[in-house]
Amino acid sequence: MLAAFPHAMPLEGLIGGLMIGVAAAVMLLGLGRIAGVSGLAARATGIADSGTPRGIAIAFIIGVPLGALLISLITGGIETRFPPSVIPLVIGGLLVGYGTRLGSGCTSGHGVCGMSRLSPRSLIATAIFMASGFVTVALMRAGGFL
Amino acid sequence: MKQLLVALIAGSLFGAGLAFSGMADPARVQGFLDLFGRWDPTLAFVMGGAMTPMAIAWIIQRRLEKPFAGEQFSLPGTTLIDRKLTIGAVLFGTGWGISGLCPGPGFADLAINPLPALAFVAALLAGMIAHRVTS
Repeated sequence: MLAAFPHAMPLEGLIGGLMIGVAAAVMLLGLGRIAGVSGLAARATGIADSGTPRGIAIAFIIGVPLGALLISLITGGIETRFPPSVIPLVIGGLLVGYGTRLGSGCTSGHGVCGMSRLSPRSLIATAIFMASGFVTVALMRAGGFL
Repeated sequence: MKQLLVALIAGSLFGAGLAFSGMADPARVQGFLDLFGRWDPTLAFVMGGAMTPMAIAWIIQRRLEKPFAGEQFSLPGTTLIDRKLTIGAVLFGTGWGISGLCPGPGFADLAINPLPALAFVAALLAGMIAHRVTS
C-alpha cells in the first residue's frame, strides 16, 4: 500500500512517534502531568497563570529544540521545508496560538495524550482540528496557494 | 531539581521524536493534510507510534497512587464538549493547515531553522496572549 506513497517515511514516523509517546509517558508517570505543548508553552511564558509548575514547563519547552538539534546533528541534518513567505507563518501562528488556548490543547495534548486516554473531549477536538486542517489545505490547493 | 531534570529529558525526547519522525518539516505535515495533492501518510504512523506507549502509560497510571517523581497526578477532569472546544479546534486546525506547524514542531524548529520558526512561535505566543486578554 505504501508503494503508492514513495515520499512517506513510515519507519521513521513509527520510531519517532514511539519516542514522542515515551516522552509523554515520562511526563504522565514521572510527574503526573499531560505533555501538551500548547499548555506547557503558555505556562512556561507566563501567559497561563495556573497548571503545571512553571519550572517544569520551562524545562520541557527548552528540551524540545535541544532534542531536535541532537537528532539533526546525529543524522547530519533534518529537512524543514517552511512556507516560502512569512505571511502563512504569522497567520498560522496566530490561529494556532488562539485556537489551542480556546480549545485547551493541540496535537500533543488532545491528539497523543487525550486520544490514548479515550477522552471524548480530546477525540472530538482531534477529529475537528484534523478535519479543519484537511479543509484548509484543500481550499489552499483549490485557490492555487499550494 | 529532580523534577526539572525529568521534564528536560521528556522534552528532549519529545523534540527528538518530532525531528526523527519528519514532523519538524512543515511541508511533510502539510502533505498529510493535503488529501487532494501528493498525500503523505507519515503523520498517521507518528500518531500510531506515539499513542501506543501512552495507552500503556494510562493503564499503569490507574494503578498508581502518585507519580514516580511527583506528589500527585494533576490531570484534566473536564468532560464538557462546548463551543470553546469546537471553535478552538477549528481555528487551530486552520492555522495548522496554513502553516504546516503546530506548537511542538514550532519550538523544535527554533534549533534547526531559527528564523522562520521564530516568526511562527512569536505569532503563536501573540495568539495565546490575544486569547488571554479577550477572555
